Amino acid sequence: MSQSVQPSAEQFLALTLENDTAATVELFEQAGNWQERYRQIMLLGKSLPKLDDNLRVESAQVRGCESNAWLYHSEIDGKHYFIADSDARIVKGLIALLLIACNGKTSNEIGAFSPDCYFTQLGLQGQLSPSRTNGLLALAKAIKVAAE
Amino acid sequence: MDLQTLRSQFPTLAQSNDGYPLCYLDTAATSQKPQQVIDAMNHYYQYDNANVHRAAHQLSARATSQYEAVRDKLRQFINANSREEIIFTHGTTESINTVANGLTAHIKQGSLILIDSAAHHANIVPWQELAKRTGAVIKPIPLTQDCRLDIDAFEALLQQNPAIVALSHVSNALGTVNPVKELVSKAKQAGAITLVDGAQAIAHLNVDVQSIDCDFYVFSGHKMYGPTGIGVLYGRFDMLDSLSPLMTGGEMIKTVSFEATEFNQLPNRLEAGTPPIAEVIGLGAAIDFIQALPTAQIHAKERELLNYLQDALEKLGDVVLYGAHKDNIGAVAFNLADEHHQDVGILLDQQGIAVRCGHHCAMPLMQSLSLKGCCRASIGVYTNKADIDRFIAAMESVKELLL
Repeated sequence: MSQSVQPSAEQFLALTLENDTAATVELFEQAGNWQERYRQIMLLGKSLPKLDDNLRVESAQVRGCESNAWLYHSEIDGKHYFIADSDARIVKGLIALLLIACNGKTSNEIGAFSPDCYFTQLGLQGQLSPSRTNGLLALAKAIKVAAE
Repeated sequence: MDLQTLRSQFPTLAQSNDGYPLCYLDTAATSQKPQQVIDAMNHYYQYDNANVHRAAHQLSARATSQYEAVRDKLRQFINANSREEIIFTHGTTESINTVANGLTAHIKQGSLILIDSAAHHANIVPWQELAKRTGAVIKPIPLTQDCRLDIDAFEALLQQNPAIVALSHVSNALGTVNPVKELVSKAKQAGAITLVDGAQAIAHLNVDVQSIDCDFYVFSGHKMYGPTGIGVLYGRFDMLDSLSPLMTGGEMIKTVSFEATEFNQLPNRLEAGTPPIAEVIGLGAAIDFIQALPTAQIHAKERELLNYLQDALEKLGDVVLYGAHKDNIGAVAFNLADEHHQDVGILLDQQGIAVRCGHHCAMPLMQSLSLKGCCRASIGVYTNKADIDRFIAAMESVKELLL
């Protein structure tokens, strides 16, 4: 991805996500109903920092989202880092789920990552359908392409 | 016919997801189809399938007579003057493109085209393209604060003698109704060609094109309980006859030679290629379905239900309604406080509620409301009070999660 504006390496490295994939899947497996699942999604969304206004630009927008979603990528020392945001809270939470799985990972790890399996494990497989306008599928593809 | 029997004719509605029965409030996007429409299309493919208008065999004769009978039904349904004034298209979008393209030679550099600010993109973009081709100028007809067409501003714009006035009968995003008869009459006095997009009106109102007196009236089959892939272009005969065809090819010609080709007469002149025969037959069944209903009673019931929906949303609190008037048709547009419409839509979907969330193909309208988008709940002949109550209960849960 070549963008006119780009966050600094420090900004990319600053993102720390509390949960790893296994803990996240466990968290969602424990959720008793959809309300709890979506409450968790929104909490995860809150853990992602708000993207600076100067980075909320069209060149960073991921197409296929009804809401605005922005994605930045940088490869640092053989690992892939992402900064992303959305103006919709649930979409932002879904992005956080993707970043938990992919941020700071190598090309091989991201190449082997299956969004289908992951979101099925989370009980959110429906959100990945191409007919959805949440843009999750487009975001997952963009992350995979960036890490190729 | 009681409402329960009526509803049971729509097989799609009898499903649930994760224990939540489907609550379909997206009829303005596309209506569900009654069994008789599905059966009519199946029957055609099983027993009567042949191309129309050409072959010298019985099967084709049967297909052709069924196909052409729908044109007669439509003439009567919207009270057109003659059957030649009914053109089959693939939908409202193609109907408007056919007109906007066909009028190219009529429009001059600097000609004015007025467009309803609440129009669907299908009633905006074809005119923009016409303007690009001809050097015509487009001006939106503004809305009042309460999202109705601003009649004073419209009259002022008419002083500039527009060549074309493009209106919606019912706004797809808001459900507001335009007084099209009055607007068309004013536009005609100013010498304009008039087109009315009836996509959101045709299933909910009695449409009489001679009474509206517009030059063109367009709608889709799939929003009136018929199949997708079929639409109608009504035009006054002389107006239709003056359109240059958008598409050329088979069916629409009288003679073809490499020196010169002569086009056929209406309606064939504007129906190039093999038409969507099964869809036309399905549309015919949809008209039969609508006409068998006690129309006045159904319209009153839909009005009552929409008002109930508007009131219930209002009572819920923290909900903003847009252009919600008591005389609206079919749809209500809203947002939940400052929440993103998509978040609301995702959480409603979890509970089996189907609504549309987005810009509703009316970005200029969203811009004039300073919105990124909104949610729209829309009803049809099969919608009942329980659907509305379920939707409101689901909205309560959404509120609890988001606010």
